[in-house]
Amino acid sequence: MKGEPKDLKFTVNGKAVELKVKPKALLLDVLRNDLKLTGTRTGCEVSACGACTVNLDGKAVRACSILALQANGHEVVTIEGVADGDKLHPIQQAMVDHGAIECGFCTSGMVLSARALLAENPNPTIEDIKKAIQGNLCADSGYTKYIEAIKIAAGKMQGGKA
Amino acid sequence: MSETFGDFSILGKPIRRVDAIAKVTGQAKYANDIEVADMLYGFVKRSPHAHARIRNIDTSKAERLPGVKAIITGKDFNGFKWGWSNPTRDEEPLAVSKVRYLYEGVAAVAAIDKDIAEEACDLIEVEYEPLPGVFTREEAMQPGAPLVHDNRPGNVTVEYHWSFGNVEKAFAESYLLRKDTFNTPRMAKGYIEPPATVAYWPDPSRLVFIGAKGSPYFPYRILSRCFNLPLSHVRIIAPFIGCDFGGTKNDMTNGDFSAVMLAKKAAKPVKVVNTQFDSLTTDLRRHPMAVTMTTGVTKDGIITGIHNEIISDGGAYTRMSPLTHFLTGICMGMPYHLPNFKHDVTCYFTNNCSSAAMRGHGVYHTTFARECQMDMIADELGIDRVEMRQRNIIKNPKPGTIYQTINDIHVATAGTEECLQKVAEAVGWGKKREKVKGNKAYGIGLVAAAFLGGTQLSAHNACACIVRVCEDGTVNYLTGATDVGMGSDTIGCAIVAEVLGLPIEDVDIKRVDTAYTPADPGSYGSRVTVLMGEAAIHAAEDAKKQLREYAAKLLGAMEDEIVFKDKQVFVKSNHARSIPWERLVRMACYDAPGRVIIGRGHSKRASDLHTIADFSTGKGDIGTNYSFTAHAIQVEVDTETGVVRCTDDNNVVAHDCGFPLNTLAVETQAQGGSYHQGVGAALYEEFKMDKGLTLNPNFVDYQRPRAYEAPMTDVIHVITNDPFGPFGAKEASEGSTCTAPPAVINAIHDATGVWIKDLPAQPERVYWALKEKREEVKKG
Repeated sequence: MKGEPKDLKFTVNGKAVELKVKPKALLLDVLRNDLKLTGTRTGCEVSACGACTVNLDGKAVRACSILALQANGHEVVTIEGVADGDKLHPIQQAMVDHGAIECGFCTSGMVLSARALLAENPNPTIEDIKKAIQGNLCADSGYTKYIEAIKIAAGKMQGGKA
Repeated sequence: MSETFGDFSILGKPIRRVDAIAKVTGQAKYANDIEVADMLYGFVKRSPHAHARIRNIDTSKAERLPGVKAIITGKDFNGFKWGWSNPTRDEEPLAVSKVRYLYEGVAAVAAIDKDIAEEACDLIEVEYEPLPGVFTREEAMQPGAPLVHDNRPGNVTVEYHWSFGNVEKAFAESYLLRKDTFNTPRMAKGYIEPPATVAYWPDPSRLVFIGAKGSPYFPYRILSRCFNLPLSHVRIIAPFIGCDFGGTKNDMTNGDFSAVMLAKKAAKPVKVVNTQFDSLTTDLRRHPMAVTMTTGVTKDGIITGIHNEIISDGGAYTRMSPLTHFLTGICMGMPYHLPNFKHDVTCYFTNNCSSAAMRGHGVYHTTFARECQMDMIADELGIDRVEMRQRNIIKNPKPGTIYQTINDIHVATAGTEECLQKVAEAVGWGKKREKVKGNKAYGIGLVAAAFLGGTQLSAHNACACIVRVCEDGTVNYLTGATDVGMGSDTIGCAIVAEVLGLPIEDVDIKRVDTAYTPADPGSYGSRVTVLMGEAAIHAAEDAKKQLREYAAKLLGAMEDEIVFKDKQVFVKSNHARSIPWERLVRMACYDAPGRVIIGRGHSKRASDLHTIADFSTGKGDIGTNYSFTAHAIQVEVDTETGVVRCTDDNNVVAHDCGFPLNTLAVETQAQGGSYHQGVGAALYEEFKMDKGLTLNPNFVDYQRPRAYEAPMTDVIHVITNDPFGPFGAKEASEGSTCTAPPAVINAIHDATGVWIKDLPAQPERVYWALKEKREEVKKG
């Protein structure tokens, strides 16, 4: 019957997850409400602010604008899955060290957009970085230090000094 | 990377934020992330009219919907009204007899899930009698116009008329007079996190409220009055807050009141989360103002007097408008010497959603007008634009002396001259530049501004800290001053660590909780670092004094000989006579009879310094001290399309924040303050309105500054070591919010010769201005 919960099987932060979800459930709601991964933030719910950005098969997507069932059989990484245990990902480390983070509400999305960018383009220019995070609204940092931090992280991941 | 300043262990350098790891790993909890067992979800029923009498509300159908647990209307609040101050209590938690703006809350439902709560709201039937409304300042001021509040004749929210010196005489003797009108846009605060609240009653006389509030002690007092509770029974807890910028997250929303009343009625926790649509249609906005400024100058460009005539749209309720409009004038005596000054400002009620404080509060409007007009005057007189500013600037007072403005503001340090020099040097001011490449025109605007820090208002203004030394030598640091993202929690920890000679990692701060932290007005007016910083010094010194007495006995030395540094406590004249910090603390706590080391401190300068600002006369010290900023922005104007963007090159802020306690945070604050709320106002942002209806209530149609157009702003630190700030510090960032709009508009003029006096300079506006200019040129 229409509206009946359906099976969703996907990988979240490296772990296989199986659950039943309503067909109309958004990926954002399933991550936050069912899986309690609240690091993915609810901002505008219309794909305009980027606070809910996650990686779907390595690409940056807005969790507010895809159905959870569209992730069936795919691999999702949220902010909770970016660090390696206590060891921050170089993108996270650079944002912390470079003072990019202010209120932190956009940070999860910024990290995930940057992670997708560096997977595809390990040596981005400043313009590439600006384009990659253009869907992530920030309200207080002016973006400058986020952009610089992503550039620093790219350098370190390329074998620059850690 | 950042430079370092001063001779400190921690301060004056890049400091990693104490909350950065929680934020970058997604572990930080914001209000919407809070869950409490057995929690219900609340939803607010909103009015479809901007101005209407409420005839009747029928909730019977909604009550019958399965899953609904409580329904409230405005009547549940028993006539309670609230406002920013006692005389301005004009707003109800939910409208009872009349709605005054579109989507004002009239009822609310708590249910077992969000969908049911929303559906139940649809089932509530409200009978309205629509009333004619006023939707612009001009409509509101017409004789016989409909009244937004029956007891407020003329729809006047607040007005000030101040006069200093003799402006008429000064104008009569001036070589040149210029009168121009500038318009600032109706703007969103810009936070991405919509307001959210979880409320519950552990017992019928005790309230817990966890909400995105930058001033938790506002709801603390308001809810105490509203629910007739002693303050000791009102517990407001601040989770992490996704920015504020003044207004909505200072005080209360329909949703906040509803969560508390629904939780009381249902006897269960209730969570209310604004959607972005709610936020962009009902949250407080930056006032749109029309600033008519008349300035007189001598032949040499020396300012003889300024007269401001300002009209403003305050929306449906008074909220913070008395402060906003006070701030449009109070700082006019800086950063330029102003010998004669007149200020006439009137704010009107309209049937739009209310306006309130926003980053750059009040000062931004008049700074925009003054700095644009200064370029116009400089050009008319044939004086270099930076030179004109230098001729009028207030020089940095010699140490120990004070500069007093015409309205009795006391300035101990003013680094404007150095800021202007450094920015001019950084952008190669005066050197020949290529101004046109194909269809792109380039120009630079270079402006200056002053802003207040450590705001002092009458009524409750206290700021206090508690430093609790644990027996293992680590420290709990408590304050009621709330960090909404600007980094004040980090500064507090850094100051305590600096004073006690500890690494910052040994100092822990929790979020504000009115059950434990000292009362504080919260985050506004760039008050936190200046006032809380001083309180933190006193609290750490108090704890240190208690340990020093013990150390002196132990080491056999005079108390004033004892030094705390690098986790060691030693005698100044003989460093070998020492004891590790941890051992000293443990001995002090365990030695019979044993001590509990708790240091207390509060900000004293706020109440002792100079005079309290007087709203009726426009005199007195609104700030504890004042920051100064010079700012250059280069723009690229597409002369075919009218699209303007800031370039990465020649975008420089020089900021005199007294002393940068955390260099990284000052830089990020200045960059962000400039771009989001400054350049945003200049180029992108404006709510489009139609009879109280917001036409662009989402971040697709309401354009906000994004990364692809973000200029890579350089920040230059100018050090003046203000005697009234903690370790010399003043405010950081609101100055650059005020400088960015005129810098952009002056740059557009520099590039193209057109003046855009009405913000924002969106492509269409620039396009038509360029076309008009071309036609004028053709006509000759």
